[in-house]
Amino acid sequence: MTPRQDRMLTCQEMVELVTDYLEGRMDDDARARFEEHVAECDACTLYIEQMRMTIVALGHIPAESISPEAEEELVAAFRNWRQETA
Amino acid sequence: MPEEEGARRAEGAGAPADPDAALLERLRRGDEDAFRALVEEHGPFLMRLVMMHVPSRAIAEEVVQDTWLAALNGLDRFEGRSMLRTWLASIALNKARTRGTREGRILPFALLRRRYEEGGGPALDPDRFQGKRGERPGWWASPPVAWEDPQSRLEANETRDVLLRAIRDLPPRQREVITLRDISGWDAEEVRNALDLSETNQRVLLHRARSKVRAALEEHLNPQPEEAIR
Repeated sequence: MTPRQDRMLTCQEMVELVTDYLEGRMDDDARARFEEHVAECDACTLYIEQMRMTIVALGHIPAESISPEAEEELVAAFRNWRQETA
Repeated sequence: MPEEEGARRAEGAGAPADPDAALLERLRRGDEDAFRALVEEHGPFLMRLVMMHVPSRAIAEEVVQDTWLAALNGLDRFEGRSMLRTWLASIALNKARTRGTREGRILPFALLRRRYEEGGGPALDPDRFQGKRGERPGWWASPPVAWEDPQSRLEANETRDVLLRAIRDLPPRQREVITLRDISGWDAEEVRNALDLSETNQRVLLHRARSKVRAALEEHLNPQPEEAIR
């Protein structure tokens, strides 16, 4: 999206730009316009904060693991592989 | 074979030094402890990734096992120009996508294809913003509301289920990108390599995915009054 340069970004544009912003993929001019809007708009500030909270929450999803049985099957398969390739 | 194609391209992309290099060397010599160490190190992220594509844990375990066997058999072709985990991810995803289709999880081909292409769709329902005749067009009509007690609620099991369900409802490419970026914590470059995406594409997919997951959290944490009544 390329918003016109002569006016302030709208909130609807902001929610589409938030990932570029969080990923650090904005040039100086775009970032200045983004931050100009943030300075004026509490709702967008909150939206960005909620995006950050979403990312943090995803990072806290606990690891999955394969069962010990599946792992032993795998090690048995590894031994076969080793024999075949030896 | 797309699996090899993806892996080859991933290897060509100039990745950082592989932390698994020493274990890999031992693995090539047939060292069982090295194999176990690699399975323990990478099993969890592979399971998470595969479980996003297949309907059950049992099937996911089979796919993860198949992935390791394919990796062992393809070890000679793995030249270490990408990280091992990047290569494992591309193998696992190919198997998971095939398996997911076979198990009937995934949609008919035309629809699937359209959803794979992605791109479309706004981050939020346009009704959340003021229309042309509003006081300030394009500004919030229905702004986000602060989440109550986010710290403890975001860590609750119930919320984790909401997050996982939201991700499983995403189109496959978005699902893969957000799983690797935000659950497994990979950087953009490595995800691009594993999924064979352009830089822009990776970012667009991540944006769609995060926006929808945030919206699912919003609905869970702060249901809109009219939805609460319905």
